[in-house]
Amino acid sequence: MRVTQGCFSFLPDLTDQQISAQVQYCLGKGWAVNIEFTDDPHPRNTFWEMWGLPMFDLRDAAGVMMELTECRKVYGDRYIRMSAFDSSHGWESVRLSFIVNRPAEEPGFRLERHEAEGRKIRYTTKSYAADRPEGVRYGDK
Amino acid sequence: MNAPVPSAGSPEREALPVETVDLRREFAEVGIGEVLDQLERELIGLKPVKTRIREIASLLLIERIRQRMNLMSGVPTLHMSFTGNPGTGKTTVALRIASILHKLGFVRRGQVVSVTRDELVGQYIGHTAPKTKEILKKAMGGVLFIDEAYYLHRPDNERDYGQEAIEILLQVMESQREDLVVILAGYGDRMDRFFASNPGFRSRIAHHIDFPDYSDDELQAIAERMLHDMNYKFSSGAREAFVRYIALRKTQPLFSNARSIRNALDRMRLRQANRLVADLDRVLTADDIMSLEASDVLASRVFGKADPA
Repeated sequence: MRVTQGCFSFLPDLTDQQISAQVQYCLGKGWAVNIEFTDDPHPRNTFWEMWGLPMFDLRDAAGVMMELTECRKVYGDRYIRMSAFDSSHGWESVRLSFIVNRPAEEPGFRLERHEAEGRKIRYTTKSYAADRPEGVRYGDK
Repeated sequence: MNAPVPSAGSPEREALPVETVDLRREFAEVGIGEVLDQLERELIGLKPVKTRIREIASLLLIERIRQRMNLMSGVPTLHMSFTGNPGTGKTTVALRIASILHKLGFVRRGQVVSVTRDELVGQYIGHTAPKTKEILKKAMGGVLFIDEAYYLHRPDNERDYGQEAIEILLQVMESQREDLVVILAGYGDRMDRFFASNPGFRSRIAHHIDFPDYSDDELQAIAERMLHDMNYKFSSGAREAFVRYIALRKTQPLFSNARSIRNALDRMRLRQANRLVADLDRVLTADDIMSLEASDVLASRVFGKADPA
C-alpha cells in the first residue's frame, strides 16, 4: 500500500529533475531544506531522523541533490522526505514536505480492534513493516 | 516514420542546429560587454589578467553558440587558479568572473563563496568532510573561491585533515563541473609547490592566471581612485609626497600592493582628522575636510626609516 504523506504523494513518484525543481523553489523562497528518513511509515510518526543538519544559506538545488544521493546510498530502502523550513518571523515552521524515496515494497497497514469495556471497540493502525525490528524492516539491509 | 511530412519536418528543423548566428547580437544579449568594460574601467593595470579574462569570455560565448549549433562536447572545465602577490586584486577579479560566468549561463546563480582553510578543514577526525561539504553545498550554482589554497596541504604533517578536504574538493570538481566553479588563489611560488604536491588539482584547472605586481604609476592611480571613492583628494603637495611614499614603501618588506596603499590611505585619513581636530577654533570648509595635505603623508614611518639609511 502506497504511503501518502505530504505534498505530491498522490502523484507518481517525482523524478530527480522534478525534485530538484521543487527544492529550487524552496530555496528561492529562502527556506532551509532538510532531508529526513525513517522506516516507520505510521502516519503519526511525524519526527523522522535527520540526514545531517538543516541546509541553511544554500542558493542552488544541486547541493541538496548531492546530499539526497548520499542519503539514498545509505538509506535507499527507507522512506526519505524533504522538508522546507521557513525561519522567517511569524512562520518559523515547516512550509512544505514531500517524499522523495520509498521502499521497493510497502506492505501497508492492518487495523487492530481492541475490545474494551462494554461493546466498545478501539481501533489501532499498525504497519506490517513495523513488526520487524528497526533497521531491517525493508529488504535485508 | 509514418507521420506526415510537415510535422516530421518541423521537429527536424528544431533539432537541427542553427546555421547562422549574429555574433554582435549574441554579445549584446548576454551583456558581458558591460562587465568587461566595467572590469577595464574599475581595475587599474592588470593587463595580462584582463586579456586572459577577455579570452575566456570569448571562448565561453563561442562555446554557448556551439551548444546551440549542437557542436558541444561536454561542459567546459572552468576551474581557475589565480596566482600573484598580496593585494593584486585576485578576490576582486574572482567576483567579476562570477558575474561573467553567470551572464553566460555557465553558473546558475552567480554567487561567490569565499573561504580559506579554516572553513574547509575540521579540528578532529570526522569533522572535515561535513564541513567541506557544507561549504560546497553553499557554493553550488556559483563560484567557490579558496583563498590561500596552499594551506590546505601541510606537507610536514601527514595526518593533517587538509588532505581529506582536498580529496572531497577534487571529487566534486570533477563530477559536478556543471554545478560549481572552483577558483584557487594564492601567492605564486607557494601555489606552484601546492600544485606540485597535488597534481590532481593542476590537471583539473583549465585556466591559470598570473597577477602581476602594480607599477608605481598604477599604484598612484589606485590611490587616487580609492580616495575619490571615499570622497577625499590629495592636495598637490600631498600627491607629490605620495609618489615618493610609494617608491619608498615598495622597497620595504611586507609590501602588499593595493592593500598597502589602502592601509596607508587609512592612516593618512587618521592623521588628517587629528590635524583638523587639533585646531578647534578654525572654521572648516568642505574642501578642508576632503583634502589630504603633504604633512599627512610625510608623517608616515616610511619616510622616517628611509632618511637615516
